[in-house]
Amino acid sequence: MTAAILINNVKKSYGSLDALKGIDLTINRGEFFGLLGPNGAGKSTLINIIAGLANADAGSVSVLGHDVVVDYRQARQALGVVPQELVFDAFFSVREVLKIQSGYFGLGKENDVWIDELLEALALTDKASVNMRALSGGMKRRVLIAQALVHKPEVVILDEPTAGVDVELRKLLWGFVEQLNQKGHTIVLTTHYLEEAEKLCDRIAILNHGEVIALDTKASLLQSEICSKLHLIIKTAEPIEQLPDALAPSIRDKIKHLDGCQMRLELDKDKDVIVDVLAAIANAGIKVVDLETERADLEDVFIELTSKKASS
Amino acid sequence: MINRGFYTLFYKETLRFYKVALQTILAPIITTLLYFLVFSHVLKDRVMVFEDLSYTSFLIPGLVMMTIIQNAFANSSSSLIQSKVTGNIIFLLLTPLSYVEFYMAFILAAMVRGLVVGIGVFLIVICFVSVPVHSYAFLFVFALLASAVLGTLGIIAGIWAEKFDQLAGFQNFIIMPLSFLSGVFYSIHSLPAFWQMVSHLNPFFYMVDGFRYGFFGVSDTSPWISLVLIALAFAGLAKFAIKLLKQGYKLRH
Ligand SMILES: Nc1ncnc2c1ncn2[C@@H]1O[C@H](COP(=O)(O)OP(=O)(O)O)[C@@H](O)[C@H]1O
Ligand SMILES: [Mg+2]
Repeated sequence: MTAAILINNVKKSYGSLDALKGIDLTINRGEFFGLLGPNGAGKSTLINIIAGLANADAGSVSVLGHDVVVDYRQARQALGVVPQELVFDAFFSVREVLKIQSGYFGLGKENDVWIDELLEALALTDKASVNMRALSGGMKRRVLIAQALVHKPEVVILDEPTAGVDVELRKLLWGFVEQLNQKGHTIVLTTHYLEEAEKLCDRIAILNHGEVIALDTKASLLQSEICSKLHLIIKTAEPIEQLPDALAPSIRDKIKHLDGCQMRLELDKDKDVIVDVLAAIANAGIKVVDLETERADLEDVFIELTSKKASS
Repeated sequence: MINRGFYTLFYKETLRFYKVALQTILAPIITTLLYFLVFSHVLKDRVMVFEDLSYTSFLIPGLVMMTIIQNAFANSSSSLIQSKVTGNIIFLLLTPLSYVEFYMAFILAAMVRGLVVGIGVFLIVICFVSVPVHSYAFLFVFALLASAVLGTLGIIAGIWAEKFDQLAGFQNFIIMPLSFLSGVFYSIHSLPAFWQMVSHLNPFFYMVDGFRYGFFGVSDTSPWISLVLIALAFAGLAKFAIKLLKQGYKLRH
């Protein structure tokens, strides 16, 4: 089966800055793919190259088997891109913008039904005849999404679609994008919100300084070494100045942080039993009044991976 | 078959100036009429043009052509620079439109704007002054070619410029002086030999001169020579503009 997006050794420099240092990635059809990475990692640059908004210095990209340079027409017909920047054309209303965009892709009146559906799904119906200038940021963002989908592209790329968007709208967008994925669209999402990627994506690539530093299913990323850790945060009745001698060394080693009435322990999710740890603490004469556990999430994986790379 | 993508872009580019017609159609018509009023009054007894022709009549073709030139250029160049500065050019760059479709849609819209304003000036002026028409064919060919050349120059300038003031520079230091000095207000035969020669180096001179031939059947240079020169210029510029679009010069980074 042809890949949705095939990225082959793509390099891109801006002056002396190597924005992309040879990216290889295959995104499968029907997949919900997350592209994560800190600011300046090269995510948007990679997307621009896929979309033909930028030219790669080396390497090649194809969308559904169409080379984005040679067969740019077929490649672009198959691709919908929601750009990171909130751009708009102040000359037109929402519906005009969508009809024009639809026309660029060779579609006419027969597409009006789909345009109405998009407006409805993105809660824009009552804004259809409003000029783009008069829309709020969140509404403009939704128009950008509708614009990207107006030709029903099989592959959809969203570049930080929820940056600066309130919780309500973020939820609407998540639901909408999930539905698209269920209908068979391949989705590529870049985001800053790890919970977003964690909730939605099947597979995740982490980009840093123009390189892919991790590429795996979400499940395996979460099972990596760091994710087997479990943090236990304990509140004690009295501030602890010094750990009692009675506390077993095996527990002592697990304490990573101690501050007044708060103690933070790092446990191994699979080996340690919380009840046993608590019993050992109680036996040493420490009164526990409250506790909470924290599982490592993608954010920890992310921080771990990016800092590891930076120090090596 | 007319390709829908191309047609949509052409329609959008036309709608864009139509929506602000006050500024893109009415304002230039009024400016040109003011030139007409002032120059025909001040210069009508001073400037020698062709025999049997009043200066006021002589002025009309040149002013109409100057209007076409300036507005065709303004349309494609301002549309491109605006899209680039606001960033909404990406909506076009993301589509499967070919370079040639892109080019054609932009120059056709520029031609429409140039011709609409030119015809507007013409229709108003002939209410007050009678102007003969020697050859409609020449009139149309020169109007179409000139607006196509300027629409293309507008595309090139719009691609090249990164800021509004760079474009304004192009307009104020190249398009305006060349169109003013193209023999709109005088017959170059009234100039000293040196300045006659210099005028022949001005491409806009041939547009004005050939267009004037269409009205009066008289011109400084043979209209056929003008026609060939402008057609050649058009072919060269069009090829260059399409090449820039194909490369994505300053559009695709
Ligand atoms: N047009 C450009 N000119 C110069 N540098 C650029 C350009 N676009 C991106 N960069 C640089 O390339 C790097 C990657 O940027 P970008 O792809 O936007 O990162 P991300 O989207 O992951 O935040 C950054 O250091 C950025 O400054
Ligand atoms: Mg980005």
